[in-house]
This record gives sequence, C-alpha cells and structure tokens, in this order.
Amino acid sequence: MTLTVDKRPTASARGSRAGRPHAAWALPGVLFFTFFAVVPMALALYLSFTSWDGLGDPRPVGLDNWKKLLDDPRMTQSLWLTVVLTVASWAFQTVVALLLGVWAAGRQRHRAVLSAIFFVPFLLSSTAIAILFYSLLDPNFGIIQKDTLGSQSGAFLAIVFVGGWQFIPFHTLIYQGGARQIPEVLYQAAAIDGAGRYRQFFSITLPQLRHTITTSTVLMVVGSLTYFETVLILTKGGPGTDTAILPYLMYEAGFKTYDFGYASAIASFLVIAATGLSLVLVRLTGFGTMRSTREGM
Amino acid sequence: MESSRGQVTGGGTGGRPFSRRWFLGAGSASLFTAGLGTGLTACGSGGGAGGDGKTITAFVYGDDAVKVQQAGVDRFNKSAAAKKAGGTVKLQEVPGSDYSPKLRTAMGSPSAPDVFFNWGGGSIKPYEEAGKLVDLTDIIEGDPVLKSGFLPSVLASGDLGGRHYGIPMRGMQPVILFYNKAVFAEHKLQPPTTWDQLLDNNAKLKKARITPFALGGTDIWPDLMWLEYLVDRIGGPEVFKRIQDGDAEGWGDPAVLKAAELVKELIDDGAFGSKFTSVSYVNGGAPAVFARGKAAMHLMGSWEYSTQLGKFPDFAKKNLGWAAFPTVEGGTGDVRNVVGNPTNYWSINARTKNQDLAIGFLKDCASEAYAQALIDNGDVPTTSNAAALLSSAPNPEYAKFQYDMVEKAPAFTLSWDQALGDGLGTKMHTEIGKLFAGQSSPSEFVTACKGLK
Repeated sequence: MTLTVDKRPTASARGSRAGRPHAAWALPGVLFFTFFAVVPMALALYLSFTSWDGLGDPRPVGLDNWKKLLDDPRMTQSLWLTVVLTVASWAFQTVVALLLGVWAAGRQRHRAVLSAIFFVPFLLSSTAIAILFYSLLDPNFGIIQKDTLGSQSGAFLAIVFVGGWQFIPFHTLIYQGGARQIPEVLYQAAAIDGAGRYRQFFSITLPQLRHTITTSTVLMVVGSLTYFETVLILTKGGPGTDTAILPYLMYEAGFKTYDFGYASAIASFLVIAATGLSLVLVRLTGFGTMRSTREGM
Repeated sequence: MESSRGQVTGGGTGGRPFSRRWFLGAGSASLFTAGLGTGLTACGSGGGAGGDGKTITAFVYGDDAVKVQQAGVDRFNKSAAAKKAGGTVKLQEVPGSDYSPKLRTAMGSPSAPDVFFNWGGGSIKPYEEAGKLVDLTDIIEGDPVLKSGFLPSVLASGDLGGRHYGIPMRGMQPVILFYNKAVFAEHKLQPPTTWDQLLDNNAKLKKARITPFALGGTDIWPDLMWLEYLVDRIGGPEVFKRIQDGDAEGWGDPAVLKAAELVKELIDDGAFGSKFTSVSYVNGGAPAVFARGKAAMHLMGSWEYSTQLGKFPDFAKKNLGWAAFPTVEGGTGDVRNVVGNPTNYWSINARTKNQDLAIGFLKDCASEAYAQALIDNGDVPTTSNAAALLSSAPNPEYAKFQYDMVEKAPAFTLSWDQALGDGLGTKMHTEIGKLFAGQSSPSEFVTACKGLK
C-alpha cells in the first residue's frame, strides 16, 4: 500500500520533469546571487535617488540624478562612445573568433595545440593585459613609438584591439564547441551535391551556428557595456574625454568626484540597458523560442 | 616608489589602477554603508576609530617616505608619552593611487582610521563638513611644542576657514623648473628667468631637435602645474585664492585666460613635443625622456630629484639643474611665489576613542628626530628647526635651494586640485585634459571652468 503511494510521484517524475533536480539545488546559487547581485543592485538604485558623498547619510533628492543623466553632455558623449566601442568590438571579435573557432573545430593534432595557445590571453587578468599593452604602446620607449594613446582614433583602436586580444580566445572556444556539434552528414551531403568549402561555410556552418552567434553576441555586448579596466589603465578616458565610456564615467563620478548618487544612476542605467539589449537580441534572433538547429533533419 | 611619490602632488589622482576586486569591494562596502547607515560604526571591529582605544590606527599614503612615518610610530610607541596615554599607534599603509577613495570609503565604515594622512585644505573639507575632524586650533595654541614646531605659513596652508585641522608630517613639495645641465651647456643656454627667454630657449632647442619640456600629459596633474605657475605669475596668488574660496566667477579673471593662451601657444609650438598626451609621469615616461636628454627641461614637484636619483642616479648627481619658474612680462605675481604642496598633514578623526594618544603621536612630528629622518630620506621638513639640519641632507645644495624657496615665498599656493577637493578637482582635471589635448580652446576652457560646481 505504502509502496504504491511512494511509487506514484516517481512515476509522474518520469514525465515532463524527468531527470531534473530538485529546486533546493538552486538555493546556494540563489542566495549568493541575492546577496551579491540583487541586494547591491537594489541599493544602487536607491542611491540613485539620493545625493551622497560617501560620508554621513545619503540625502534624498528625488529624480535629480536621473534628470542630470539626460542633460549631461558628458553622458551623451559617453553613451555614443560606448555604442561605438560595442559595435566595433563586436565586429572585430565576432569575425575573428568565428573564423578561428570554425578552423579550430577541425580534428588534426596541431590544431589542438594551437587552440590551447590561442586560449592563453583569456587566462590573464585584464589589468595585467592592459599594463602590458600600455608599456608596448609607450610613445618613447614602447615597440610602437607613435602617439597611439594620445589621439582619439589611436586610443579607440587600441582599446578595441586589446579587448579583442583578450576575449577572442573565449569566443573562439564557444564557436569551436558550436562548430563541432554540426553533424558531419550535412557536409557529406553537401559535398555529394558539389558544394565547395565556401558554399559549405555559408550554407551549413553559419546557419548551424546561429544560436552560438547569439550567445557569443549577448556576452560581447554586455561585456562591452561593462568594459572598464582596460580603459582605466590605457587611457584614463583620455585624451581629454575621448574614450570616457559609460563605466569609466561611472567610476569617475563615484570614486573620483565622490558623487555616489549620480554614479549609482549611471550604474542603474547600465544594468537596465544591458538587460534590455540582451532581451532584444534574444527576441530578434529567435533564440528564446529554443528551436533546434536540427529541426527538419 | 618614485612614481607614487609623484602622485603626492597629483592628489592620488591618476596613477596605477584599482583592481577589479578592490573596486567591487569598495563599491559594495560603500553600498552597504549606505544601506545600513552609520549605526554600524559604533560596534565595529577593533583597530579603527570604533576600536578599544588602546591601539589607534593611522592611515598613511603608501610610498617610499612611509619608512619615516613607521620610524616615528615605533619611536612614539616606546615613549613615555604613549605610556602616559595608555596605548599604541598602528600604521596602515594604503597604496598611493588608491589612497583617496580608500580613505573616503573607510571613513564612513566601522574600520575608520583614528589618524589619517591628507593634503590639507580642500582635500579634507568634506570630512570637516561631515563633522569628522578634530579642530586642532586650540590644541596647537595651547601646546608649546606644536605652536612653535612648524613654519607658520606651512601650518596655515592646510587650514580651513582659518582653523587648523592638520599637523605637518612630510617634506615640502614646491614645484620647480628642472633642467638638464648637459643639454644647456651644449647649446649654450641659461635657465630662463623671463617668459621671453623661455620662448627663446625653446626656439634654439627645437632647432637642435630637442623637445624643450618633458610633460606627463596622461596624468593631467603635470599639466596643471603650468597653469598654476602662469596664473600666479600673471595675476598673482589672489586669482586662484578667489576660486578656492568658492567664487567660480574667479575663473573669468583675465589671468586665467592669458595663462591658458600661453599654454596653448606652447603646445602648438611643440614645446612639449608631439606625443605628450600619451606620456605619463607616474610610470616613469616623462622622467626618462628628461634624463636621457630627449627633453631639456621638466616642470615638476621637488620629488623629481629623488625620482631621478632612483632611476637615473648619474644624471641626478651630475646634470640635474633646478631654477624658479620665470616671470611673465606684464604680470603682477611675485617671482618668488611658489606653487605645489606645502606639505602633507595628519588629521584626527573626531570619532577616535583616544584623542590624547593621537595628539601625543602628532607631537612627535615636531621632534628633531622626525625632522632628521625626513632629511635623511631626501625631504626638506617644514619644522622650524629644519634650517639647521639641511647640511646633513643627501644633497645639501638642493635642500637649501628648496628650503629658501619656500621660506622666502610671499605666497605658497596649494596645488589647485588639492585646494578644490576631489569633486571639483577631478572636474577641473577633465577640463585641463581637454585644453591640453586640443579639444577645447582657452576661452572654452575658461567658460567650462566657470560652470564647474
């Protein structure tokens, strides 16, 4: 009797929730996320409605910081710079990582070794990488003795390049994994139909990688929105304010001018923008519907 | 070491970056402080102002000169004064580039220091306004050791509203025009005493394909030194005094515009070379350009000497020359006026549980032993007994030059960024950066500065 009662939930669990762990498994993660992400974010949102210099108590100022966000010419400039940086980084990193990833998905042994070497930059800290490139770009004693970081275009290209150098390995890894999932039979069939390597790439590899592209793109976009250490070390937002992207402006408002209210408004804006952007990306690409790339196969 | 010293004048701005961990830690610490209010402070863990009162903590800017403070702490902890006050002092060294934000975060937290290093003036104004400083005016007046221990002008330079909040604790840091004696001898030049001579020198140097001035433009504060001296020479110290006292219209003084125009002429003329916006002082770029003769002169704080001694000892000993900033024709400022940092100060957190111990410790800074330790470190103390010690300095000639320069100066203008405090100072840095990078004209610079608040 008891035995049959006990068996019932097990039987139903074999249905839709088969093999899925109990919700309690998520508890450590949820707690961690609550304390170290949700609570600070809520506090930052609260601070964005106050004026606080880090001493004494925050003073409520209503929407002042958010109004300032809309009026501040530096904010406008930063937003534009952030958009340009995001697009340029995305274009550079996606093209290189996609090609490298697809190439690295091959099976020859030397590729495995090279792939491992390509991955090394991702293991270094952003700070170490930025300091390294700062020395390499030194106008008097570096390997490129040009005024690279002293002009807007130079400084911008340097930031995009250094960011790419650091993160392309990671995205390469994602693309490599994605490309290895593509069934071999598709290529065999295409080869029988007479498709060449380029045709195979554009008609099989690329469409099959569309979810991988979305994943990688979301990571890149959100990453670019929070790109900070490299800018701080390489250019400090300079020359002038030419590379002062949003996270740098936030840092400056918070930890250089001690206007924590305004800094929190910028931070909250960044969270909202990043969340919105990733939702839009997922929606536009149809990633959210979880349709398989193998549909119809 | 020498690079972080450079930041003494830069006010902890610029320089080495915060690590991500530091940033997040400080960010969440401040957020928690915000959320929980200051109620936590009272029940904080030991060591800070919320501690047991037996051991008090002193935050100090972590650079090469810390050994002088450490020796002072050790000496004090063994002294009768410490026994009488019933406690000891613990020195906490904060990496230089992180100093200002770290202090700001700590002062609102349970681990606030009892005593802390600062630049006086605007750098401590927010703390004074938040009621976090002990007013030392009456204590100094009532104590013979403190009252007559320091050069009065230096003591006064760190004041807020005519009240003392700090005790001088490091060497004086006037900004000096350094030059390369070898380059000057080779091209038969003299250190310029007037602006015309300076331009004349520049023309000859450029002809010889030598950049007239090294400049670490990435850091911005070396740029600021040019404006500080030019405004002083053209309009006198009163021009900036007005701005410092809170009148933003003071930026509209013709001397500021004129100074910005002269700077622009220098830049356009190539006086700083073509790459200065990507050269840094902090990482040693500008000092190296100067020491290797690629640039003939360097306008820098007095610590340039020890920087060069550390990195290029031969150059420092043989070919490093120093002079006062030249006069500008038609200007009303006294050529003896000095800009820079008179010194650094210790201030006391109003929340400390053992004020007697803190004051006893501060008195040690007026002692001869402390002054001698500064001298041995290559600094020139601001104590009233300093003159007698100068002959034992590593370079007595240079020490004497510095001491006379400061002692005879009718006015010693505190570095603008320090005088204005971190908030305004940072915004001013941004405008100066734009002026030097050619993103704004001198008149746009003036207009932008008038709008700073």
